Amino acid sequence: MSKKLLEVRNLHATVEGKEILRGVNLSVNEGEVHAIMGPNGSGKSTLSGVLAGNPAYTVTEGEAYLHGVNLLDLPPEDRSHEGLFLSFQYPVEIPGVSMVNFMRAAVNAKRKYFNEEPLSASDFLKMMRQKRAIVELDNKLASRSVNEGFSGGEKKRNEIFQMAVLEPRLAILDETDSGLDIDALRVVAGGVNKLKTDKNATIVITHYQRLLDYIRPDFVHILYKGRIVKTGGPELALELEEKGYDWIKEENDN
Amino acid sequence: MKNSLDQYLDLYRTNRTVIDAHSAPLLNSCREAAYESLLGASLPTQRTEGFEKTSIDEMFAPDYGVNISRVNIPVDVAASFRCDVPNLSTLLAFVVNDSFHPSSLLESKLPEGVIFSSLSHAATDYPDLVAEYYGRIAPAGDVSVALNTMLAQDGVFIYIPKGVKLSKPLQLVNIFSSPVALAAFRRVLIVVEEDAELQMLVCDHTQELANSYLVSQIVEVSLGARSRFEACSIEESSALTSRYSRMFVRQESDSAFTYNSTTLTCGTTRNDFEIDLLGEHCETMLAGMVIGSDRMHIDNDSVIRHLSPRSKSNQLFKYVLDDKSTGAFEGSILVAPGSKYTEAYQSNRNLLASTEAKMHCKPQLEIYNDDVKCSHGATTGQLDNDALFYMRSRGIPEAEARTMLMQAFMVDVIDTVHINGLRERLLHLVDRRFSGTLGNCAACHSKECR
Repeated sequence: MSKKLLEVRNLHATVEGKEILRGVNLSVNEGEVHAIMGPNGSGKSTLSGVLAGNPAYTVTEGEAYLHGVNLLDLPPEDRSHEGLFLSFQYPVEIPGVSMVNFMRAAVNAKRKYFNEEPLSASDFLKMMRQKRAIVELDNKLASRSVNEGFSGGEKKRNEIFQMAVLEPRLAILDETDSGLDIDALRVVAGGVNKLKTDKNATIVITHYQRLLDYIRPDFVHILYKGRIVKTGGPELALELEEKGYDWIKEENDN
Repeated sequence: MKNSLDQYLDLYRTNRTVIDAHSAPLLNSCREAAYESLLGASLPTQRTEGFEKTSIDEMFAPDYGVNISRVNIPVDVAASFRCDVPNLSTLLAFVVNDSFHPSSLLESKLPEGVIFSSLSHAATDYPDLVAEYYGRIAPAGDVSVALNTMLAQDGVFIYIPKGVKLSKPLQLVNIFSSPVALAAFRRVLIVVEEDAELQMLVCDHTQELANSYLVSQIVEVSLGARSRFEACSIEESSALTSRYSRMFVRQESDSAFTYNSTTLTCGTTRNDFEIDLLGEHCETMLAGMVIGSDRMHIDNDSVIRHLSPRSKSNQLFKYVLDDKSTGAFEGSILVAPGSKYTEAYQSNRNLLASTEAKMHCKPQLEIYNDDVKCSHGATTGQLDNDALFYMRSRGIPEAEARTMLMQAFMVDVIDTVHINGLRERLLHLVDRRFSGTLGNCAACHSKECR
């Protein structure tokens, strides 16, 4: 039997005093892929931000454990070291910080957390080369400032590249398909699939069924008004694609 | 009301002969007129326009000693030099307080005709050459200029004759050191003749950190037609050091002037830059970088006067202020009547890293002409929280992420430096400044001095 990786219980969170999450329960085991779908404003991005530790959100109630570690007690950097990775819906541009320095700082911070020596320059560059190949990321991008001047597709590829380098236990992909053309979608999804093992897990947050054609979920959850209101298998995504979200709204608003 | 000038006027009145005995006739010949002009005058206070954030009067008020008898003050050159000055291949000299000390064999390494020496020696050896420029670029009637003229006994003279292009940068290391509180009146004269080229690095250090220091520095620069002069100044002084440095530049046609002023550590610093673009097709790049912490106070003030058509000037000043540090920037661009096709840009960007740091900026444009391209912009803000969270979510600890972002903020200022090897060294110095290991040999990973 596979081991439990993420356990979220009754999670409530607010942003600027407004309650967005109203009691989320979610359990993810090693080796699984979960999709979280839902209409705009249902709290999908808030859930990913809260789990990653974005200081813009305040947790007011509930618990979240990653392989038994209390996530809510940890600063974002330690959540990353413990194996959580968030692929941003809108990856941030950081002018003046080169991709190489950014990744070296990230990799060596994690090694330091586990009392390991920093990687040598040659080992680091070798690793960058290998990981770049997974998402076909151009070497030229790696020498530029983080995400600066990257196209939408390049930014998303860069997210998956960082995921490949950091080898998380749990990856949350927040709207990774938004702004991608079909070719870029295939490359990004291919990267995610290549990184999948029976020891890690993935949560895919998406509006559309489209991405789920490439990344096959084991479970589909529907988040509505800050709560998971329905859970099913892959067929639930197809049903949403066909019927839209109105029936979910009706079921829950009445 | 007590006037802070009085003590300096008294000093001059009672010690005229001693002051003259230890300087050059040319410098001495200017003192009396300076003294006369100072009678009844006063130094700028915070009520003086242009000095709202820095009182020069207060800066000069404490009772400092002035080493008018030129007692030799021993200084550990190696200690201050050891790691903060880049291992560039340069032609090196030191100025201890206000007296010039060449590195060994300096004179023999200089190309023929080039002078890099003590100002008072040069004024004795080449009185006609020095007289052509000394006191003629800085406005003689200005109070702080006159004060410097009245008391300055030495400093630096640099002369690059017509057509000579120096292959190595000159490097000047200013060191403050004294067993008691000391004021130094330093004078620098730089003449780059037609078609000549000069690169220069100036570093300021302090020793005997428990003592207070005051420097009054007047720098006069004459750039002949088609000459090029690039300089970078890096201040790493102590919390008890006050500095009032004024640079006056005169550019003839087709000359290019690039200056980068970096303040890494200091007490109270005020830097003035007054640049006159006399000829056509002049180019000026004036850049400044300030990293403030503790109670540092840094005020940069620039005046660029476009006095002929078709010249270009660009200014970029960036500050990162932490703790209770305060910064000020006042920059003005004047485009005189008739200076058509002028291009003049000015940008001042600042980051406040604490809730108690303060920044004041005052950009000004005065344009008396059509057909010009001019702009100015000033912003003061905080670190980008989205970028900070993005970095932390990748595992980069908050303190390190902040340092990386602050360093990234300075990259375009550092990019204005073109002296070989200096850009990399500046990046390294800024990195160490932000990570708190500046001036700390044990924490330095540099291989350059081992």
